[in-house]
Amino acid sequence: MSKLSQKHLLGIKDITREDIELIFETADNFKQVINRPIKKVPSLRDVTIANVFFENSTRTRLSFELAQKRLSADVINFSASNSSVKKGETLLDTVNNILAMKVDMIVMRHASAGAPHFLSRHIKANIVNAGDGTHEHPTQALLDAYSIREKLGSVTGKKIAIIGDILHSRVALSNIFALQKLGAKVMVCAPPTLLPKFLDQLGVLVEYDVKKALDWCDVANVLRIQLERQHIKYFPSLREYSLYYGINKKMLDSLKKEIVLMHPGPINRGVELSSDAADSSHSIILDQVENGVAVRMAVLYLLAGVA
Amino acid sequence: MQKKLILDSDLLDITLSRLCQQLIENHRDFAETVIIGLQPRGVLLAEIIHQKLEKILRKPVPLGLLDTTFHRDDYRRREIPVKATETRIPFVIEGKKVVLVDDVLFTGRTVRAALDAMISFGRPEKVELLVLIDRKYNRDLPIAPDYVGKIVNTLASQKVLVELEEKGNNNKIWLINKD
Repeated sequence: MSKLSQKHLLGIKDITREDIELIFETADNFKQVINRPIKKVPSLRDVTIANVFFENSTRTRLSFELAQKRLSADVINFSASNSSVKKGETLLDTVNNILAMKVDMIVMRHASAGAPHFLSRHIKANIVNAGDGTHEHPTQALLDAYSIREKLGSVTGKKIAIIGDILHSRVALSNIFALQKLGAKVMVCAPPTLLPKFLDQLGVLVEYDVKKALDWCDVANVLRIQLERQHIKYFPSLREYSLYYGINKKMLDSLKKEIVLMHPGPINRGVELSSDAADSSHSIILDQVENGVAVRMAVLYLLAGVA
Repeated sequence: MQKKLILDSDLLDITLSRLCQQLIENHRDFAETVIIGLQPRGVLLAEIIHQKLEKILRKPVPLGLLDTTFHRDDYRRREIPVKATETRIPFVIEGKKVVLVDDVLFTGRTVRAALDAMISFGRPEKVELLVLIDRKYNRDLPIAPDYVGKIVNTLASQKVLVELEEKGNNNKIWLINKD
């Protein structure tokens, strides 16, 4: 197979294991491309891509834009904060206006879960979900799994603990889907108030003690506390969260085996991760960022092939 | 489906030896020359030629492989896209003489993509093209080989099948008629 089964990347839930493996194999080749003196290939020179961001982002947006430029696509950027959305335009109208300018692909981030799915029913262009509310963030999960595969050789059979604000995290949900499709065992670890209600339907292990989670896992993927999404108090204070759930270098060194430490960024240093842990040899956080460009190149390139 | 043998194993070996001699004639000891096989099917041929050259010259000759997938001009135009494979160029091509190696030269579009892909690694002094089979009269682009194993007059509807093995005892090249 050299073609994806889907026209859009809305969520990891909708794609197959074969799709994920094809994305990884293609990303291997793009990773090699972006480490050359000339980091660019002409593959998508006839494709125009709009990055439509209704929610703030630095890493994801830069990563997508760089991936698009490395593929020679034409790129336009749109952010809701300085647009007609403020004047009351609907999502569909906004996107249709962008598409009327002959755009082939939309990369969208939106605060509402399901926004890209809604869009996919109304427009012809390929859509890549760059994060929809607390639902999915598929390219982040792909680059996380890709980084695990790169570091440990394979994802299958590995034990991955996702630690932190699971309730508000689209990264957590997409990661659970991706890792399970690739045959990994997944555990989530958080205070009970930061776990979603229907977690039992996802087939993941649940642990409330972060030390036990670290003892169990091969890889710890640590998530940020998303204060901007927390409208009520889920725990007494950040200081208390940090005391019970924060990870530091001392904890990592006390483990019987070497584990891999990941974080999707942005890190709140001193809250979920101490600086000495984030900057330790366990951490592959900056590899994740590098791989993000290669994985997004693979996703855009492969989706462009499914017209 | 009709199959006609164009080259058998013995004749192929003679042809490959002749190609090596021609390369040595032009490049002497390969001090400033590198060989690059085109993925996927030029790689094995490049390896065989590389092996023969090293045996004759009794010194290492640089060998690389180049994938042209991301530089093709038919992406999004063909039904099943070509799958990308590995590129490995473990040397500097800037200022070198490059010999590109592929099994069959047909429309010339792969070679055009290869020239484009190769430039990403630097500016060679000179580029030459070696092909085992030149399907004359089927070119879409003004591309001509410098070293040719055998020229075959074919119809666009026909296919040339190159069966190469690493050991090289049972190599065969076929012309296939599709009907």
